[in-house]
Amino acid sequence: MPELLSVKNLKIEATSYPPGEPPKRVTLVDGVSFDLQKGKVLGLIGESGAGKSTIGLSALAYGRGGAEITGGEVLLDGSDILKLGKSGIRSVRGARVCYVAQSAAAAFNPSHRLGDQVVEASLHHGLMTAEEARKRANYLFRVLGLPNPDTFGDRYPHQVSGGQLQRAMTAMALCPNPELIVFDEPTTALDVTTQIDVLAAIKHAIEETHTAALYITHDLAVVAQISDDIMVLRHGKTVEYGTAQQIIEAPQEEYTRALVNVRQAQRSEAADQSIPQLTVENVTAGYPNGFKVLFDVSLHVPKGQTLAIVGESGSGKSTLARVITGLLPPLAGNVIFDGKPLPPALKDRSRDELRRIQLIYQMADTAMNPRQTVRDIIGRPLTFYFGLRGEAKTARVKELLEEIEMGTGFIDRYPAELSGGQKQRVAIARALAAKPELILCDEPTSALDPLVAEGILKLLMRLQEETQVSYMFITHDIAIVRAIADSVAVMHRGRLVRFGPKSKVLSPPFDDYTDLLLKSVPEMELGWLEKVLTTRRMESAGN
Amino acid sequence: MRARDIPFSAWIGIFGIAIAFLAAVFAPLLAPYGETEIVGSVWEPMGGAFFFGTDNLGRDILSRLIYGARTTLFVALAATVISFSLGIFLSFTAAVSRGIIDLTFSRFNDLMMSIPTLIFALVVLAVLPQNLLILILVMAVLDSTRVYRLGRAVALDVAVMEFVEAARLRGEGKMWIIFREILPNTLSPLLAEFGLRFAFAILFLSTLSFLGLGIQPPSADWGGMVKDNKDGIIFGISAALVPGTAIAVIAVCVNLVVDWLLRRTSSLKGGRGDA
Amino acid sequence: MTQSTETGKTSGLRFKERNPLLALILERLGLSAILLLAVSVLIFCGVEALPGDFATTYLGQSATPQAVANIRADLGLDRPLFTRYFDWLGGALQGDFGTSWASRNSVSEQIGNRLGNSLFLAFCAAAISIPLAILLGMVAVHYRNRFADRLINVVSLAAISLPEFFIGYLLILLFAVNLGVATFPATVHEGMSITQRLSAIALPTATLVLIVLAYMMRMTRAAILSVMSSAYMETAELKGVGAFRAIIKHAAPNAIAPIVNVVALNLAYLVVGVVVVEVVFVYPGMGQYMVDAVTVRDMPVVQACGLIFAAVYILLNMLADIIAIVANPRLRHPR
Repeated sequence: MPELLSVKNLKIEATSYPPGEPPKRVTLVDGVSFDLQKGKVLGLIGESGAGKSTIGLSALAYGRGGAEITGGEVLLDGSDILKLGKSGIRSVRGARVCYVAQSAAAAFNPSHRLGDQVVEASLHHGLMTAEEARKRANYLFRVLGLPNPDTFGDRYPHQVSGGQLQRAMTAMALCPNPELIVFDEPTTALDVTTQIDVLAAIKHAIEETHTAALYITHDLAVVAQISDDIMVLRHGKTVEYGTAQQIIEAPQEEYTRALVNVRQAQRSEAADQSIPQLTVENVTAGYPNGFKVLFDVSLHVPKGQTLAIVGESGSGKSTLARVITGLLPPLAGNVIFDGKPLPPALKDRSRDELRRIQLIYQMADTAMNPRQTVRDIIGRPLTFYFGLRGEAKTARVKELLEEIEMGTGFIDRYPAELSGGQKQRVAIARALAAKPELILCDEPTSALDPLVAEGILKLLMRLQEETQVSYMFITHDIAIVRAIADSVAVMHRGRLVRFGPKSKVLSPPFDDYTDLLLKSVPEMELGWLEKVLTTRRMESAGN
Repeated sequence: MRARDIPFSAWIGIFGIAIAFLAAVFAPLLAPYGETEIVGSVWEPMGGAFFFGTDNLGRDILSRLIYGARTTLFVALAATVISFSLGIFLSFTAAVSRGIIDLTFSRFNDLMMSIPTLIFALVVLAVLPQNLLILILVMAVLDSTRVYRLGRAVALDVAVMEFVEAARLRGEGKMWIIFREILPNTLSPLLAEFGLRFAFAILFLSTLSFLGLGIQPPSADWGGMVKDNKDGIIFGISAALVPGTAIAVIAVCVNLVVDWLLRRTSSLKGGRGDA
Repeated sequence: MTQSTETGKTSGLRFKERNPLLALILERLGLSAILLLAVSVLIFCGVEALPGDFATTYLGQSATPQAVANIRADLGLDRPLFTRYFDWLGGALQGDFGTSWASRNSVSEQIGNRLGNSLFLAFCAAAISIPLAILLGMVAVHYRNRFADRLINVVSLAAISLPEFFIGYLLILLFAVNLGVATFPATVHEGMSITQRLSAIALPTATLVLIVLAYMMRMTRAAILSVMSSAYMETAELKGVGAFRAIIKHAAPNAIAPIVNVVALNLAYLVVGVVVVEVVFVYPGMGQYMVDAVTVRDMPVVQACGLIFAAVYILLNMLADIIAIVANPRLRHPR
């Protein structure tokens, strides 16, 4: 069978302009080759900066933000699209090859109706009449499971939800009947329960229309559900390339093995969860404009253990953290710390009360003052809470740096000179410096690549064993909950739906929401998506 | 900051500003004649005994230009420093306090800014007695509205960042937050704004003097010198263009430095990775 | 606004949800009215509260107390501040700004003609500079970081640094004195044909255009750049849509609001520019009238001119805001 897309020895470069240094040439992609047959799906997987989006866009002969394709061939049906002129490339884009962006919200023009944008490419390339295009768009809206498919196209982008926009973007790519679609992380920005619907819709639509696809993602479990072949990329180079089965079940390279195994860590929960470090009693909270975010939430964090709070965006899990820190005094209810109620507002708390609860943010980038060195960042709590200065302070900062496995050589660096994982480690050291009894961790690993995140989790676990600190760990990732929690709280739309020891919360019988949440998390297993969809169909048939 | 990191265009700017300030400081040593001394006949041409010729009363233009640098730069600098201190103090207080203080300051600022600066200045100068101190204060107060707006925006940008929240959670006081957390992160844009306001103050002062409402004769200042010599233009006498060129050159020099500072700010932001 | 308070908060909220566009426009109109009123207070009372006595200034330091008292009574300065303010505001709303102290003529009569002249000049400058600025802004964006862009950047930086009167005299020296192709001073009077008028104001218009163009161009460039670098422009490119079509269909509708904003911001420079340019070219407009009045401290004229300049500026800004509101698809098509 002839190849639809054949990429040979691709090399992509860009010029970067680091501040205060002369511009330099960087290689984004080097020596990547792959083949894709009609109707097949190839998954491209890697961490941020692995060059996967850059490779995907090369199928449209496009370089984003100054990236230039400087070597190799991109053969579409046997002819090199890189050698086509400007108008030749234009006749490929939007007609034979289409693109689905990560953020559909930004990729749709806010000034035009969705329907007009979906059919634009088909009409522009003269592939169908306006009437045919509109019919096809409505058909695709139906295939993709969008509400009111016949009138959906009359809406403007801001009038529909994020999950619907992502599906509309898929419809836009499918509309001109292309031979190939490039999906660039189409579900990354979505909540996990929405992701599964969109993923299923994309898979169904691809099968229905026999279109070939390049599917780009950083989530191996997602790509395993949709791809025939998988290519693992790192630093712009191929690590491993094979069938989906080969990669998931028998990975050859160490890096691939790490990716496959990254979420398989498990921790057995502590037996005794009776002594609470922190208790939240009937807390209702909201904003001054009367908008309530939390309704009657009660839970506790056991001493020296980890409570994981799971929920999707808008579930109120971060608001709960703001209530506990005193940034947002609750409208009703109490926060009790170590047996004594805490003053609701930050300004009424004593310095020692503040010291005992510390917070680690999701984005270490913005959580540290870019004009302070690591010495100042970690040293300030030492001075502020314990009055340490000079030699004693430096010695303690170095001790803390050793504890977070970074080494004392980093003491005079600025945050901008650290990697993402290192920044998060420094943030942990800053929290530790206060000798806290409770650390609130607000998704500290969700902005990090999986292997780096794994390292941070291990560090947090080790520190808990050594210092008996309690954690309240906010996350949307069930795999992390499994790995680190002793007890678990599930939140949905501002309410607590389930709370207790991990073994109880994560095993049946489930309430509806927890059931949906658990079943929506992709598992590192071929055919998982089909299995879930079949169960769903049977359940709805049973009803 | 190493000298070789400064681009050529910024060096030109720094050089021009330095010359103007040297002329201002050492005016009595550098000027060949006195500030108000009549040394020749009216509108003598350039070259010869007088490098830039003489003005409408027969005074040496070069000497008046050098003395004029004193007045022009001093008044503009004083007005900028006052306007900056006022604007930054009020805007940072508003940004950190929020609530009613912020609302009152900001609404009043909007009101002040709804009248174009020159029109406002004309109305106010029509009533107030004409002297140097009042001129400086009027310029400073009107300009501080612009500084306030930028200062508040910049401070608010930084104040909502998580490291400021982290400092509040630690229990730090308002002064620590303003001076240790916020100010160091706003220095670059504020420095650029200072340059921009200074250039604007020079132009504004010159415009006022040109309209006869700024520095009063016989003191030399660049805008006033244009006014004195403007009637010569019709006869093809370019005496008025000499001080005009001086104003333009110093403003270009300041803007070149500002342009570099602004670019440095944006690249620093890129380097920090907080898009 | 009053309607919603009368019928209660809930129905006000509902109205806002159903017609966000209309609600916002009404809000903006109300705000502008309040702002205008506040500005009138500022201009009138602010001036009255400042030190310096008009009568003394008017007669000079050597005047006898009796003469000062007479003139105060004559000008109505002995009445309470409030009465005078409301008299003044009431008159201003009907187009009556009182009598000039200097010439003893009606201020409104004087202003009538001059306002027309100033608006004509400003309109001509705007009509040339706005399209030109947008065009140059687009050229700069199209050749971003290349020679044309850098050249435009350097030239506009220089233009921003030139004082208004300097540009004016430079043009006079070049075109009126040396080349003799333009007229100076720019006198206009009634009974001139439109072509005569246009040729008379050629140089002042050119000066104003140069003043405003640089600012407007730099800001337009930034506004267009942010639209052009948005993700939906990439989407259009990846659909195979050509650059020209993408700009017309996808960039233009989204660029209206920011560009209108830029234009409105720069009207401030136009208002200030008009004052200086009129003085330079001895053009019989509002700016010249105001500057003369300030020199002789003719307060009724200063207050009238100040109020009119501020009102024009506020109204233009309001218009820009309303255009931006109407251009926003989120408000035009509520959920």
